[in-house]
Amino acid sequence: MTVSTAPAPIATGPTRNRPVKLKVDRVSKTFLLRGERGEPPSPFTVLREMSFDVREGEIVSLVGESGCGKTTLLRIIQGLNRLDRGTILVDGHAVSGPGRDRGFVFQQASLLPWRTAAENIEFGLELQGVPKAARHEKARSLLHLVGLEGAANKYPHQLSGGMQQRVGLARAFAIEPAILLMDEPFSALDAQTREVLQRELLRIQAETRMTILFVTHDLDEAIYLSDRIVALGAHPGRVREIIDVPFPKPRQDLPILRSEPEFTRIRKKTAEIIRNARSPEPAAGQEKTP
Amino acid sequence: MTTVAEPHRAQPDDDATDPQLEAIGPVVEKDRAALIRTISIVVVLGLWEVLGRQVNPLLLSYPSKILQALWSMMLSGEIFQAILESGKTLLLGFLLATVIGVALGLLIGRYRSVEAATDWLVNALYATPLVAIVPLVTLWFGLGFSAKLFIVCIIAVFPILINTASGVRNVSSSFIDVGRAFAATERETFVKIIMPAALPYVMTGLRLGIGRCIIGMVVAEFYTAVGGLGALIMKYGNQYDTAAMFVPILTLALIGVLLTALVRRAELYFAPWKAN
Ligand SMILES: Nc1ncnc2c1ncn2[C@@H]1O[C@H](COP(=O)(O)OP(=O)(O)OP(=O)(O)O)[C@@H](O)[C@H]1O
Ligand SMILES: [Mg+2]
Repeated sequence: MTVSTAPAPIATGPTRNRPVKLKVDRVSKTFLLRGERGEPPSPFTVLREMSFDVREGEIVSLVGESGCGKTTLLRIIQGLNRLDRGTILVDGHAVSGPGRDRGFVFQQASLLPWRTAAENIEFGLELQGVPKAARHEKARSLLHLVGLEGAANKYPHQLSGGMQQRVGLARAFAIEPAILLMDEPFSALDAQTREVLQRELLRIQAETRMTILFVTHDLDEAIYLSDRIVALGAHPGRVREIIDVPFPKPRQDLPILRSEPEFTRIRKKTAEIIRNARSPEPAAGQEKTP
Repeated sequence: MTTVAEPHRAQPDDDATDPQLEAIGPVVEKDRAALIRTISIVVVLGLWEVLGRQVNPLLLSYPSKILQALWSMMLSGEIFQAILESGKTLLLGFLLATVIGVALGLLIGRYRSVEAATDWLVNALYATPLVAIVPLVTLWFGLGFSAKLFIVCIIAVFPILINTASGVRNVSSSFIDVGRAFAATERETFVKIIMPAALPYVMTGLRLGIGRCIIGMVVAEFYTAVGGLGALIMKYGNQYDTAAMFVPILTLALIGVLLTALVRRAELYFAPWKAN
């Protein structure tokens, strides 16, 4: 089997001609794990030489088994974690810290408990200095978008997990980032809500031309949303293969798309890559049970 | 649902999470607790009244006699004057302790260097029973109002400061991450993330501080210039008028209970998500 350590050499797919928006260039990250009982701290390599591009207006999904470093990579891109080696480039410029050109949807909604749903959505806008009236207006329309009109004045502890996740989504949308980083944003939702929000995400993305890097465990979701899928191997995390999803956009709904033979083919192929990624490349890194 | 006019548009998720609905059980429970408490109060006061009459009036008084003493002190205005005087010391001292304690606590909790510079002193002073320095304080400030103020303030400031600092240290890193993800500046992080996240701890500090304020106030009034409720206790103690002595003592208890309840209410108001 071929292992692509370098970025996909030949750009393919319908988005191939677009300029690169986000470039992940040979990014490596090692955590120092504190040694137990006087043992020296041991290095634990989470990402090794990871490289891929996301082009303007693309949705790219990261898939890979649990613990392969997807969240870590997203946090590095956002500037929440430092990288050890490599570069993150946005529009060709290296980024070194957080910026409002990138928005983040957390795996756990991470709402601020002292703010109501609407106030949480307004958080980023407040920091940008958007006037109050405009903030309220925007929060209202975003609440509508994620189907939470009635919850504007509720506090996070009064919301279900799925509702909190939707508020987190709206909070990231609010600042209209050029790049949106989403860490399994729909995994906590029920199937119905998930489908609605997937469709909405595609619609919003088509409207705003946002560039999205999307982490998911759900291969159907990855195929449905993405222009390309980056399949990761684990321990240490690295790019295994980049898979094109050739369905043109706007796309048919997922249930219809699912019945296409091409869908099945991609799904099978991706699943295989992830499965194989688990079996060793010898001595790739430290053993660590996920 | 679809035809309901806009202002009445029901909140679709109400039934799932409305705290009002959950509260029905606890409300009944609360009523029961209140009933038991009332009975307990009546029984204890009754016993006190009966037994108190059997004992040497120098050692213990009883409720009806204390009420008489209260009445005469109200007529003379003595009790009101004492409450006013003590209240002045108490509130000003508490306010000062809050401002200093919260401000220092925020800095100590947030900045390692400030912590390193001050923690030994804070810990030492917190551990010292500060009543011990009262004679020293009277040397510094004399016997006037400022001495009382200083004592009340220094006794209350440490629980407020220490709780505030630990509140800041305990702010969940995921909240900090949210701030950073939205590129908040240090100042914005402080104001919009750290301060609200630490608020419940601050309120706990204030509640502890209030109790200590009252202790500090009484001690200060014992040792410094005559005045306030503490002085009343001394005065009637010296006169062996035990019933009258109970009046300021019970007044102090009442003030303590009321102020603590007030801070608790404020806690619920400012940190509703910590309510349960
Ligand atoms: N701060 C840290 N210190 C030490 N190790 C860490 C730290 N953060 C993450 N790790 C380790 O890095 C690895 C990758 O973690 P990460 O959260 O990025 O995985 P993931 O791919 O997002 O997994 P999941 O799909 O379960 O969310 C894990 O083995 C984790 O234990
Ligand atoms: Mg993760």
